[in-house]
Amino acid sequence: MGIVSPGFSGRRRAGGENLPPGQYLVTDFPVLSAGPTPRVSTTAWGLRLTTETGQARSWDWAAFRALPAEDITVDLHCVTKWSKLGTHWRGVPVEALLDGVDTAADYVLARSYGGYTTNLPLADLLDGQAWVAFEYDREPLDPEHGGPARLLVPHLYLWKSAKWLQQIELTPTDEPGFWESLGYHNYGDPWREQRYWGD
Amino acid sequence: MARAAVLGRLSWRVAELAAVRDETPTARTLVLAVPGWPGHQPGQHVDVRLTAADGYSAQRSYSIASAGGQQGAVPSLELTVQRLADGEVSPYLTQTLAVGDPLELRGPIGGWFVWDTAAGQPVLLVAGGSGIVPLMAMIRARAVAGGRVPFRLIYSVRDPGTALYAAELAERERAGDGLTVSYVYTRAAPAGSGLPTGRISGSVIAAAGFPAGQAPAVFVCGPTGFVEATADLLVDAGHDPHAIKTERFGPSGGQS
Amino acid sequence: MSDHLDGNMLAGALGELFAVDLTTAVGRCASCGTSAVIAQAHVYPSGPGLVARCPACAEVVLRLVRGPDRAWLDLRGVTCLQLAVPPAAG
Repeated sequence: MGIVSPGFSGRRRAGGENLPPGQYLVTDFPVLSAGPTPRVSTTAWGLRLTTETGQARSWDWAAFRALPAEDITVDLHCVTKWSKLGTHWRGVPVEALLDGVDTAADYVLARSYGGYTTNLPLADLLDGQAWVAFEYDREPLDPEHGGPARLLVPHLYLWKSAKWLQQIELTPTDEPGFWESLGYHNYGDPWREQRYWGD
Repeated sequence: MARAAVLGRLSWRVAELAAVRDETPTARTLVLAVPGWPGHQPGQHVDVRLTAADGYSAQRSYSIASAGGQQGAVPSLELTVQRLADGEVSPYLTQTLAVGDPLELRGPIGGWFVWDTAAGQPVLLVAGGSGIVPLMAMIRARAVAGGRVPFRLIYSVRDPGTALYAAELAERERAGDGLTVSYVYTRAAPAGSGLPTGRISGSVIAAAGFPAGQAPAVFVCGPTGFVEATADLLVDAGHDPHAIKTERFGPSGGQS
Repeated sequence: MSDHLDGNMLAGALGELFAVDLTTAVGRCASCGTSAVIAQAHVYPSGPGLVARCPACAEVVLRLVRGPDRAWLDLRGVTCLQLAVPPAAG
């Protein structure tokens, strides 16, 4: 830890909230990206789901928006230590996309427009734990925050909630994604503070 | 001044705020005493780290405003910090940090965006807002070295009140040793001056810069949008893209 | 409009790891073959880490993650780095 800077407390709001270890509350919504913001119109947009046997299904925007969607309020925890509580989204539960899909795969690789990837166990995307979100705060999801649609998996660190979602790939083996291959924890549970390899 | 020796990996050191100088109502120069400072080249920056009592820390980069070279028993350097209303670090540095307080920093950083006082070609400096800071270090270093290489500064500001170092720049220009200073006012020009307002343009660069044929070294510094637009204008004017060095200030790399 | 910073902002983070300033090194992009000084890369300061992209083709040339007591550096995006080395002193 560095020397204490007299009188410095930073931008955080005071605690009292039930936060995962090492997290701080923020009031803004930081925008951070590994590359240029993809600008995908809803007319050009498509979401693809592929299985380990090569089956594929895909949705254009109209088909995606015809799927059952729900309003949710969730807490976000970024590995860079900021947390934002009570955020409002609207999205399609991931299980709706998987309905009727025949697979023995245990893992998922989420792929984004622009090349970003992140890996998760398939089980973490089921049972009301994950959505493909297309609205934030009752407005269409801004490209800066991952629109037209992003993955939202609030029980894991936010890097697992892939922005600009383009493909959900079911894989038989676990394939580390963009950050998981460079030091970040393969699973990423904020409540067990799983930030880096070996945590 | 001899190039600073490579001392190994960068590490944090503790400086002490020795004095402050308010440049504008929202920008303050910090004069920092830095024991063991190895010296720096004009254009380099430092990383500054603030730590709260509970261990929370925030880090930002600031260009060094002073010329290199030791003065006095303890080496010192100057940073000019622009306070951003919604900033996390700049309000602390410009309003809370008091003379005698410690400040952790590391550097000097950056071997690319530097001007070599021994280089002979003319230098075009284009600054947007607080992007003037590293370019001011170059202007000051030129004076310390007694250099006479032609320097032309184009400084884009919102209005005269937000310009940093205005009096010093005017005085240096009056010295007549080859520095010219031109301002671009994007919102309001000096009252009664009749000068136009607007963003930097090809005609400003043609009037206040060097012809491309003189092959100047070019340094552009400021917010990302300003740097992008300016670099495009310079290339359009015929300047060699390889001669143009840019330093963009951004939300986390730059000053806030 | 792009929202990237310049590669010279990598100098602090890389300076923690290497005694040499890598931002003045010339890298050859593994995707498109363009050679550029690392300081000219387009850097996206993503929260989890730093990502530097080729100024010509925008593919990733360098990635850096900094943990509390470790750092991870991926240089697969450059085929090699060319660094200036001062000639041996007489």
